[in-house]
Amino acid sequence: MRRLIASALLMFTALPALAEEVTTYTLDNGMDVVVIEDHRAPVVVHMVWYKIGSADEPVGASGVAHFLEHLLFKATDQLESGEFSATVAANGGSDNAFTSHDYTAYFQRIAADRLPLMMEMESNRMNNLMVTEADIETERNVILEERNQRVENSPGALAREQFTAAQYQNHRYGVPIIGWKHEMEELSLQDALDFYDLYYSPNNAILIVAGDVQPDEVKALAEQYYGVIPAEENLPERLRPQEPPQRAERRITYVDPRVSQPYLTRSYIAPERDSGVQKEAAALVYLADLLGGSPFTSALGQALQFDTQTAVYSGAGYDGSNLDKGTFSVSVAPSDGVSLSEAEAAMDAVIADFIAAPIDPAQLESLRTQFRASEIYAKDDVQGLARRYGAALTQGLTIQDVQDWPQALQSVTEADIKAVATKVLNRDQAVTGWVVSSQEEAR
Amino acid sequence: MLRYILIVCFTLVASVGHAVEIKQVTSQRGINAWVVEEPSIPFTALEIRMRGGASLDLPEKRGATNLMMALIEEGSGDMDARAFQTKLDALAASFSFRAYDDTMSISARFLSENREEVLALLRQALTKPRFDQDAIDRVRAQVLAGIASDAKSPNRIASSYFDKAAFGDHPYGTSIDGTIESVNSLTQQDMFDAARNTLTRNEIYVSAVGDITAQEIGDLLDDLLGDLPANGPDALPDVDFGLAGGLTVIPFDTPQSVALFGHKGIKRDDDDFFAAYILNSILGGAGFESRLMNEVREKRGLTYGIRSYLVPKFHAEMWIGQVASGNETIAEAIQVTRDVWSDLAANGVTQDELDSTKTYLTGEYPLRFDGNAEIADIMVGMQMIGLPPEYVTNRNDYVEAVTLDDVNRVAADLLHPDDLHFVVVGQPVGLE
Repeated sequence: MRRLIASALLMFTALPALAEEVTTYTLDNGMDVVVIEDHRAPVVVHMVWYKIGSADEPVGASGVAHFLEHLLFKATDQLESGEFSATVAANGGSDNAFTSHDYTAYFQRIAADRLPLMMEMESNRMNNLMVTEADIETERNVILEERNQRVENSPGALAREQFTAAQYQNHRYGVPIIGWKHEMEELSLQDALDFYDLYYSPNNAILIVAGDVQPDEVKALAEQYYGVIPAEENLPERLRPQEPPQRAERRITYVDPRVSQPYLTRSYIAPERDSGVQKEAAALVYLADLLGGSPFTSALGQALQFDTQTAVYSGAGYDGSNLDKGTFSVSVAPSDGVSLSEAEAAMDAVIADFIAAPIDPAQLESLRTQFRASEIYAKDDVQGLARRYGAALTQGLTIQDVQDWPQALQSVTEADIKAVATKVLNRDQAVTGWVVSSQEEAR
Repeated sequence: MLRYILIVCFTLVASVGHAVEIKQVTSQRGINAWVVEEPSIPFTALEIRMRGGASLDLPEKRGATNLMMALIEEGSGDMDARAFQTKLDALAASFSFRAYDDTMSISARFLSENREEVLALLRQALTKPRFDQDAIDRVRAQVLAGIASDAKSPNRIASSYFDKAAFGDHPYGTSIDGTIESVNSLTQQDMFDAARNTLTRNEIYVSAVGDITAQEIGDLLDDLLGDLPANGPDALPDVDFGLAGGLTVIPFDTPQSVALFGHKGIKRDDDDFFAAYILNSILGGAGFESRLMNEVREKRGLTYGIRSYLVPKFHAEMWIGQVASGNETIAEAIQVTRDVWSDLAANGVTQDELDSTKTYLTGEYPLRFDGNAEIADIMVGMQMIGLPPEYVTNRNDYVEAVTLDDVNRVAADLLHPDDLHFVVVGQPVGLE
């Protein structure tokens, strides 16, 4: 469905080295432009990413970034409410948008010769939205139903919200992207417009055009449609309250009768990819795979699902695609008859063993090969490539960082992985959550 | 020795001038494949389908085919599960093995440099599965966890009731996962039986797209698939959609009610299928332009999303939809849905709606052909329902040929608001 919330738990995969097919430039008003060529099919993906997300929202207005994203499909001075999507559809295309902690993005996928029309409409709604009070009323109900569907009806999502709120006590990553329900209910037209007027500006935006296009033609069109929009002079610097040092493990038990399978997760604060500094992040990608990637070959999978029947599921994940601190997590769903305490103890034993024991060189080499292969497979999905550039550029990285990433992955050594494991897998900097259907299950 | 027959078919996706050249190749043992040679990226996407699927589960063995298919990647030949997966990882390839009601689905993706080794591994998995007892027990526990989870999922509770009420004792009436009892009773012999019955080559379909030629596919088809058993059990009989109009509420303590609704549909090979397809796009198709999306979401804010679907299965057909709304508002969402259904049945669609839907459908079609895996998937799907390669060229003409009279006749014939049955799971207010 449209207007998705990008998952905060996106895992890393390798980024392809496509330097020769990527062209970038900056318009005079500060808007960055990225063109990714793929001439296999006459299709284009047109995206505008704003460097503004839920973690930039004012206190008390959680969800306004996502709410505004919905409202951008309403009327402007040139388009009637709904006309944007209707026009895209009438031209055989599809459109959508998504909001994350760090960005809000809009895109259309359409025949390449319709690119000027897309730019005309997208540039129009950057500055000329005309939302009414009636729109606010209806669309607020839509986002509340969206919250119902994604969160309130899902015990796993409710638990995750609690765990994330415990993880980030000072940083806005602790507040859900879709918003807290009681604050969503109070979101006003003014809340949305304040956000829109300040942050929807060319000098806070990135244009990405991917597909069957020529960079010079895209540049001319971008100048024509986006280049004429004045820069926002009062755009504030992107400063967010950061987390203080965490000094003790935080533990939560979430009880919900709708849970069928009890499970536990442990989420550690972890470094994110930073511009020019991606080595630790690359090592964490390996760590996630080695600890809990494939159930057949990872440490947790082998120990808990093969050597013993402790778990029906185990896994690990690293989310380093963030402007600020990310997380590294492990999770285990115990087998029938195994308690959560036993499962957690077994999980901790696997982690301790992993840190103490050498890494199998063949397994390391296999991962290196897989990351190299994923660069080749990624070339088949130009929209995926576009999203990687968009996410990176709105989260403090540069084109160069994106293009350096595959090599960063190839360069990771056993020592790098051991060092980052020792640093990150520290329970004093973690949230441990149990998800159960009853208190009796929490043992 | 000639190992294959090659027919080259030049096919053009007309509206945007994008050429997709589909080559057909038939092996000595009669296995047919469609191939698009696209050497620009050094990998291949391979898709294989077999008719039959989980509906061929033997009596008292519901869930056997599903469990068996999940075990195909858990050891074969002289490799146990871990050895097999370690090898696959080292080759940087991926396999997917899935069972559906009437279809077994196998997907593979591999680099050109590893092609031979990967295909040898795939052949081994399909023809020499081990079904080791420890693997059966491990995967069985995962399937049982999934069944338990479905029992607490509003959407799965709704579909489980709906399917049972619509199709009764026909396999369509129950989940391919099986029940806790049936899955617990499955044995190693049941796995071999299920493989023997469903991984067969009498109705097998193959497509490949990427850095591979039709000749190369022709050469390897018999090696890869020729040792599969020729025939499985007879296909199932057709079944009528047996759920009458009405409303069923299944109480479940959750803030948002989910509703699954539907009635009888239309066969894929019916002359009116394209008219019905256009009608469904206007009623509740993808995107934001449908009547249901407009009335239930855009105008009233009653839901995040509502869709309707034509579901032409091999042995039955239905027209269904789903919506979720807060317990206080689901009754209104259902009433608006009924009203939209009634209005379309009585008054049909407008010429403007028809025109803009045609522009959307014809414009969107060529955009689907934008990746190796996507093209392979489209081609094998076409083969499954008996469409020729030329369909790719002609499909938009079929859409264009539908008239306003066609759509409105089909709306009057096929949309029956009184036959709609709504299955609601939640704590709906004002619904009995």
